Amino acid sequence: MRMSSTRRVNLVAVAVLLFSMAGAMLTHYGIDHLRRVPVAQEALYLRSSNALRRMCLGYTGLLADIYWTRAVQYFGEQHHSGSGDFRLLAPLLEVTTELDPKLLPAYQFGANFLAPKPPSGAGLPGAALALMKYGIEHNPDQWRLYYNLGFLYYTEFKDYARAADAFAQGAKLPVTNEYMPILAARMAQHAGEFDTARMLWFTTYQSTKEAQIRENAVEHLLALQVDEDVTRLEQVVEKYREQTGRLPASMGDLERAGFIHGTPADPKGRAYKLMPDGRIEVQNPESIFFITKGLPPGAEPPQPPRKTRADSK
Amino acid sequence: MNSRIGYIAFNTFREAVRDRVLYNLIAFALLLSGAAILVGEISIDIERLVVVNLGLTAVSLFGVVIAIFIGIGLVSKEIDKRTLYTVLSRPVRRWEFVVGKFFGLTGTLVVNTFLMAIGVFLALLYVAHRFEKMDGWVLVALYFIVLQFLIVCALALFFSSFSTPLMAAVFTFALFVIGSLAEDLRGFARITHGLGGWLATAIAYLVPNFSALNVISQVAHGDAVPGRLILYNTVYALLYSAMAIAGAVLIFQRRNLK
Repeated sequence: MRMSSTRRVNLVAVAVLLFSMAGAMLTHYGIDHLRRVPVAQEALYLRSSNALRRMCLGYTGLLADIYWTRAVQYFGEQHHSGSGDFRLLAPLLEVTTELDPKLLPAYQFGANFLAPKPPSGAGLPGAALALMKYGIEHNPDQWRLYYNLGFLYYTEFKDYARAADAFAQGAKLPVTNEYMPILAARMAQHAGEFDTARMLWFTTYQSTKEAQIRENAVEHLLALQVDEDVTRLEQVVEKYREQTGRLPASMGDLERAGFIHGTPADPKGRAYKLMPDGRIEVQNPESIFFITKGLPPGAEPPQPPRKTRADSK
Repeated sequence: MNSRIGYIAFNTFREAVRDRVLYNLIAFALLLSGAAILVGEISIDIERLVVVNLGLTAVSLFGVVIAIFIGIGLVSKEIDKRTLYTVLSRPVRRWEFVVGKFFGLTGTLVVNTFLMAIGVFLALLYVAHRFEKMDGWVLVALYFIVLQFLIVCALALFFSSFSTPLMAAVFTFALFVIGSLAEDLRGFARITHGLGGWLATAIAYLVPNFSALNVISQVAHGDAVPGRLILYNTVYALLYSAMAIAGAVLIFQRRNLK
């Protein structure tokens, strides 16, 4: 049976359409590979939130969300590439929060991006502090912002008085976290470093639903456990030396002397190593990130591998 | 509403549906479902905010575009197709024709907004897994968007009653932009003195105040909308659209249709 001319034309048209669509996509792909310069992400053409506010005709909420997503993507890309160049991060966060001063994630996570030293963050604690203060000015009833401010003062500036003040202010709010008054008191006394740090990371874990932030808090809690264990074991070794006049040859010596019970192990279950000079080391330093103790002499605290958000899901 | 206005309104609605206006819902659904699924992958902790901000902004902008592009053609199309003469040769008054067209277009937009609102709430349910009390304020923002459409439809009809469709579109869109910046305009009027100040104040109060009808960012954060604002915005939108429709009727009554 012969095909009608209309049907023939239709079939040819469909074939041409599919062929040209596939060809155009392939050509597009080729062009992208020719020009692999990420120019669009590297520029922040408009830094004035007022100009942006007018240009978006009052739909500022959506624009703030877009800018926040852009800040997250920018941080992720720079962090992933390891370039250490975060110069657009602070302006992106400024524009975001000026467009929507109530966008709490931009303050909470933004300060976490800005403050820590590279490679974990941008190494801009001053910018993080300015961001948090702006956030509190516009959201004075949010305890989390006072918590983040106190955390910032404690971790980046070692300013215990200001940290205590921030936690105390947050503790006065009608809706707050149970640990805020305790943190305020601990900061004021500047006592119990490990317990304080543990409480801070536990509150961080408790107050977020973000998987990456929770994962980071867990890593810090594990590292704190190691730091505390190593400090305590090294004190025990010192006591043993004072009592016997020599260093213990093994953990067994400490156990026989009644200083410890069983073989102490790190949170990953690997036994701690007693070194000939009396230091305590972890067996695999690369397996527990952020530890500052239990490392071989001269070793840097291990950092988690750089990964994208997609990797963590 | 008398039955003649009702018939014209219903036919306007039917014509809009026949013109595939509601196809915009497909684009809206794709946009919202895409955002609801993707935003969690590319951003942090703003899934709900994006659904509300993007959903309501899209409802508003899609509606304004529909209101302008259909509103400007409501009268001119009837003249071009000469169907207006058939309608007016029956016992239908010119004002009834204008008012019927207005109700038909706003009815189309209300149906469109209702269907989009279902989409917004479904997307909210998808990202948050449950509804919260503060989601109720999203309904208020949607109501304000409908009020915004009343004014835009009335303005589009007003301009189309005396100018070409292209110019009517330009005028209506320009007023939408100026009205969205109404707060800036009033701020400018406050800092300007003398005749310029009076002029700026007069313009600021004459252009539609769309900025007061935009509470999208506020409800996205679950902030309450004061009852007084709901009342004032309702009265304002009804009065402003009545003013524009009255202007359209006045011009249309005098228009030489030969």
